Amino acid sequence: MEKSLLAPGHRACAGCAMPTTIRLVLDAAGPNTIVVSPTGCLEVTTTPFPESAWCVPWIHSLFENASAVASGVEVMLKRKGKDTNVVVIGGDGSTFDIGMGSNSGMFERGHKILYVCYDNEAYMNTGVQRSGSTPFCVNTTTTPSGKQSQGNPRPKKDMPAIAVAHKVPYVATASVAYPVDLRKKVKKALQANGPSYIQVNAPCITGWTFNAGTMIELARLAVESGLWPLTEYVDGELVGVKKVRRPKAVQEYLKLQGRYKHLFKGAQGPDLLGKIQAIADANIAKYKLVD
Amino acid sequence: MAIKAGSLVDPCSTLITKTGAWRTFVPVVDHEKCIKCSLCEIYCPEGCVHQEEGLFVPDLAYCKGCSVCANECPRMAITMVLEEK
Amino acid sequence: MSEKTTNMKVVEGSYAVAHAVMCCRPDVISAYPITPQTHIVENLSQMVADGDLDSEFLTVDSEFSALSVLIGASACGARSYSSTTSQGLALMYEVLYNVSGMRVPIVMNVANRAVGAPLNIWNDQQDAIGARDVGWIQIYAEDVQEAVDATLQAYKIAEDSGIRTPVMVCMDGFVLTHVYEPVHLLDKELAREFLPDYKPANILDPAHPMTFGAFADPSTFTEFRYQQFEAHQKALVKIEDVAREFEETFGRYYGGLLDGYFLDDAETVIVTLGSVVGTIKDAIDDMRSVGKKVGLLKLRSYRPFPVQALRKALKNANCIAVIEKDVAIGGEAGLVTDLKSAFYNSSIRTPIIGFVAGLGGRDITIKDIRKIVAKAEASRGRIESEFEFLDLRTEIL
Repeated sequence: MEKSLLAPGHRACAGCAMPTTIRLVLDAAGPNTIVVSPTGCLEVTTTPFPESAWCVPWIHSLFENASAVASGVEVMLKRKGKDTNVVVIGGDGSTFDIGMGSNSGMFERGHKILYVCYDNEAYMNTGVQRSGSTPFCVNTTTTPSGKQSQGNPRPKKDMPAIAVAHKVPYVATASVAYPVDLRKKVKKALQANGPSYIQVNAPCITGWTFNAGTMIELARLAVESGLWPLTEYVDGELVGVKKVRRPKAVQEYLKLQGRYKHLFKGAQGPDLLGKIQAIADANIAKYKLVD
Repeated sequence: MAIKAGSLVDPCSTLITKTGAWRTFVPVVDHEKCIKCSLCEIYCPEGCVHQEEGLFVPDLAYCKGCSVCANECPRMAITMVLEEK
Repeated sequence: MSEKTTNMKVVEGSYAVAHAVMCCRPDVISAYPITPQTHIVENLSQMVADGDLDSEFLTVDSEFSALSVLIGASACGARSYSSTTSQGLALMYEVLYNVSGMRVPIVMNVANRAVGAPLNIWNDQQDAIGARDVGWIQIYAEDVQEAVDATLQAYKIAEDSGIRTPVMVCMDGFVLTHVYEPVHLLDKELAREFLPDYKPANILDPAHPMTFGAFADPSTFTEFRYQQFEAHQKALVKIEDVAREFEETFGRYYGGLLDGYFLDDAETVIVTLGSVVGTIKDAIDDMRSVGKKVGLLKLRSYRPFPVQALRKALKNANCIAVIEKDVAIGGEAGLVTDLKSAFYNSSIRTPIIGFVAGLGGRDITIKDIRKIVAKAEASRGRIESEFEFLDLRTEIL
């Protein structure tokens, strides 16, 4: 493999999926790439002044404006006749929530920008608060489980569908556990004639609480259980789905994570586990994950 | 070190920070078992596993000891060992 | 004053400013509609549509994005422009700090307007004065001609390699944006001579893959702030230099940091910003005709705040009245507070009294100015009221 475009020495937690995800994205995009990142774990762990882990040009402005900043980068590159990839890489807080207006604007203006969301399903940089991406029943520091609560009461926001609704020509979900698939999707996205969106499942050791070594295993279980289907949309049409040979029960995925611990001891646990299984089953049916 | 207006920084400059100091367990590779699938290199969050003369070795200057490589190795060729410092 | 350009036309203020922007040759313009700045960007979009202006024109989803887009464009080497007002400027608040901290030399016209609630679309200067600490240079225009000229000057100040600081060119909403008056439109070639192309030292470029906007911890944050502070100190000199250079090229000059009207022998001096200057000048003419020694100090540069120049210009006054279209609720108001602080450690012990007027578009009349002068004169003996709302309709309170 060629020299990585994300240098070691960054300050991400041991066992964090984010740097692996970013490295895979950069491997596929190559050095002729400019990256824009919103505020978040990625930004603080890779750019503690006077150091930077980035070996490609990189800019951070604010939490909610990465897509707008990238839009400015893209129009100026186009004006100068440069054929350089413009890639936004941000977490789910900036992607699903606070940056939604700016993302929507970038999508609908049709900039040739790849937006990659490393999705760890909560605001991890600030200490594991619920985001619009947090799945049903997850224990976060703002949706804690307790006598009156079973964690996050709402389902995860369907961000890829929102991207598709903007007529984004290439939309995909991917996983850090499937590097070949992820790299292939990045390459395809960069060929799109307009914006593209890839949402990558990226487990967070701190927020999900699991044994560091199981990071990839967890991401794989998310796919194998049907909770994280790997999908691909071209011009709004579902064109590709990663098949699951024998779907695993969601418990196998959930039981390895502290964020679901309450489901395995309370009286309501079985009922809620059933509801999460139903989410997976619905995905399996909707995307025809099993042949 | 003079600061650059706008908080400008040189590329790849985290290399000066040796995150290997974070480590408690160290990966030990049994090269006999290794089938060179390169999964350890691909999955390593630090990007610190490299091939040296055909052998996959972690750069211990940066390895944080997360054990993802050991967990993902299909041949169980990597063992995490408590490091004596 | 000899005008070196002859292209004088009766045009709307917004057109005149848009024409000035065209002469600055921005690579990227972003626009989000908000009254009363809309005519500026509408005119610019027409110029682009007609092929008179070669700029990338982006219609964005909010003022927040309007300014953010320009950060990315500027980081790629673009000269960039936007304009806004009021709620739009308030929405940009976080980005304003970011632009100045990243040292991106964006120029923006602010069509000054009240900030709600209650909602009010008319002119005052609460929007820009409320953003006085965000690190931007703020220049205020008295009339359309000044807004035009300050726009060109602003890029030259902003892009100076030792300054690299964004500039707001403030012009009173409606009063200047929607007025039709005779204006010397800028000559494109002279403007090009005056303002060369923008060539920043560092840009986002795969050949030199720099990181922009790394995060700073307590060991360096103070120094980044100090660099901005220092840039503003340099701008105190640059603003004056650029105004003089502009005079050499275009033949017009109305002060760099500040300007005076019957200031030299004035006993009572009114200090203010923006378009109310015209009314004050008329009032002064009247008062001078009956022997009253009243003068005016028009502040052009509110940020950087020219402490030394103000001390020098006001040293002979024996009472000072500040009139401004903003209020710092819970305190007094921006300009009067800053002026008092500028004098505290000097030998000047002239009474300074402050008046808030013209909020939300209310007219400031010659009668109001006379009232202010009378109160200021009375303050020489004993200050009865340090700070007050002028022309308050007590009957509806």
